[in-house]
Amino acid sequence: MTATKTRSGGGAASAPTQLTMAGALNAALRDAMAEDDRVVVYGEDVGPLGGVFRVTDGLQQQFGDERIWDSPLAESGIVGTAIGMAIYGMRPVVEMQFDAFSYPAFEQIVSHVAKMRNRTKGRVSLPLVVRIPCAGAIGGVEHHSDSSESYWASTPGLTVVMPSNPADAYSMLREAIASDDPVIFMEPKSRYWAKAPLALPVTTAPMDRALVVREGSDVTLIGYGPTVRTALEAADAAVDEGLSVEVIDLRSLSPFDDETVSASVRKTSRAAVIHEAAQFGGFGAEVAARVTERNFYHLAAPVLRITGFDIPYPSPKLEEYHLPTADRVLAALASWEWDLS
Amino acid sequence: MSLNVEHDAARRALPSEKPLRLLDNAGHAVTGAATGGFSLPGTETLLDLYRKMVVARRFDVQVTALTKQGRLATYPSAYGQEACEIGAVSAITADDWLFPTYRESVALLTRGIDPGDILKSFRGDWHSGYDQRAHRTSTQTTPLATQALHAVGLAHAARLRHDPIVALTFMGDGATSEGDAHEAFNFAAVWQTPTVFIVQNNQFAISVPLSRQTHAATLADKAVGYGMPGFHVDGNDVAAVYAVTRAAVDRARAGGGPTLIEGLTYRIEAHTNSDDPTRYRHARDVEHWKRRDPIERLEKYLVSEGALTEATRSEITDAAEALATHTREVITAEAELDPLELFDHVYANPRAALLEQRARLEAELAEAAAESR
Repeated sequence: MTATKTRSGGGAASAPTQLTMAGALNAALRDAMAEDDRVVVYGEDVGPLGGVFRVTDGLQQQFGDERIWDSPLAESGIVGTAIGMAIYGMRPVVEMQFDAFSYPAFEQIVSHVAKMRNRTKGRVSLPLVVRIPCAGAIGGVEHHSDSSESYWASTPGLTVVMPSNPADAYSMLREAIASDDPVIFMEPKSRYWAKAPLALPVTTAPMDRALVVREGSDVTLIGYGPTVRTALEAADAAVDEGLSVEVIDLRSLSPFDDETVSASVRKTSRAAVIHEAAQFGGFGAEVAARVTERNFYHLAAPVLRITGFDIPYPSPKLEEYHLPTADRVLAALASWEWDLS
Repeated sequence: MSLNVEHDAARRALPSEKPLRLLDNAGHAVTGAATGGFSLPGTETLLDLYRKMVVARRFDVQVTALTKQGRLATYPSAYGQEACEIGAVSAITADDWLFPTYRESVALLTRGIDPGDILKSFRGDWHSGYDQRAHRTSTQTTPLATQALHAVGLAHAARLRHDPIVALTFMGDGATSEGDAHEAFNFAAVWQTPTVFIVQNNQFAISVPLSRQTHAATLADKAVGYGMPGFHVDGNDVAAVYAVTRAAVDRARAGGGPTLIEGLTYRIEAHTNSDDPTRYRHARDVEHWKRRDPIERLEKYLVSEGALTEATRSEITDAAEALATHTREVITAEAELDPLELFDHVYANPRAALLEQRARLEAELAEAAAESR
């Protein structure tokens, strides 16, 4: 194997076809592996099976088992060995299969992935990507639907991103793999089958930028990953109540795009953040604090959080009661006691 | 009835409970079964190992003294473990990689790393003071056994690239109880990576004795379950540690996969300067192990062979004293640290929020400087 550093565009754009987010992620891995033979992919069941969500479907057939292979079933081992491979100059992309399965790798991610560059005074960067299928609403049994983003986002040294749609999934994964910093790449499972017409390769906004995905003037709804759809549903429904709702897809949790969020909040003067994770100490607390610190005198009301309850992720038959819905978002907005006269 | 299992008695054999040794306590060459079929390295090699151990011992004693003077925040001594560290690390080449823990300061010294750089983290400076790539030596790792996985990953990457690189990693007896030790052994064996695991069994994980750490007869026994060779070696016999490690390194380089080597040794000093070993060890045990000193044993052998002349001994002592002097100088010198560098090594790609925080600290520093004028 010879190391190459090519980053050509990936060939001519294809005609737009309906692509799922899982398909877009698959294409991103395929193109990244084709362009740069330092990129290797491994994890549990990513080889012949193509991953439990089929994100790695067909890659082993194309690239062989020295570029993509099934690892032993051990998440700390997967991330720990990826660190060694990255030190040697590879660009490993490893899969954690399900969010709660990443916890055995917590120490490797927090103590080593996040800190290696710092403790080596900048001499050793770890250009690796840890893909974590995340969040719920897929009827999974326990330990299959956690939202672990706050753990990673509050760890200095990590970049934490979460796409919400196929185009971003492709573009952001390509960017994550090309990044010289380690990236926690969170993939909302409930969006894996979301489709969009796409001509690949596609380059969307840089992954550290939040995007206004719907313009509005009365309130800013901030979502990421699975809750961008919830925010858009709430925005549609709010029209009937005479509210003009702006929706922001955060895309990156760390770094946080204060600029885009503050510009929107200053326009609307109200903000609410939506996530599936528990509220207490959750990422919404960071969003609310940042928005308030920067825009206090522009705010007409406290920043709201619409989140999952402060409970372990419930069993499938009860998850509908836990997850934030568009109705709950609207009810929360109504709590501001709008004066619409 | 047939269990229809492929049986390979040799592969399944447990390591000997009696540690493999090439030189006995009195410095006599061992013959017969106790050598495990390994041969005593040549005199040149043994003299080189002796020199490295004497210099390292002097370094360790010097650093412990400096720690007692408050020059270092902490220091995990390797006194008594020189044969294990130096025997193993001398068996790899400069192209190979080393993944040490916090107790491997003398192994780092043997890698040619400057004392000031080795000790940077222990004196409260940057966490790793040396250039990892230049020395092919990873950072000294505090979380136990985690670095063993890094060694496996690096070795696997090297193998994928057809580079003849071996990764050597150390861990202590306590670390073998960690999940990452198991995962590292297993990944290495499944992937057949060129990795050599050295377990320095110094018999105490801080205060917890080996009997409360494992129920296995030896830590080397653990290799068997992973399908790799395991060797239980007298860790105070540098000849044995070197010979066995060398064989494992050669085997790994040739594509034979990983090896687990347990070096049975003893930590003469405390765990670190903040530890009180009198609470958990008997003085007579410490005395017993002092009589098994790794340096004295080899010295007796070299003298009896006529290989260690007074001139050589004096030259080695001079080198050790020169290094001790250098160590005192670099540790006594005040480190020039730039607080603003705090922000420079968190991300490769500059991050706006960190640049803002950096500017804030810069303003604070400027204000403080103005006030002190």
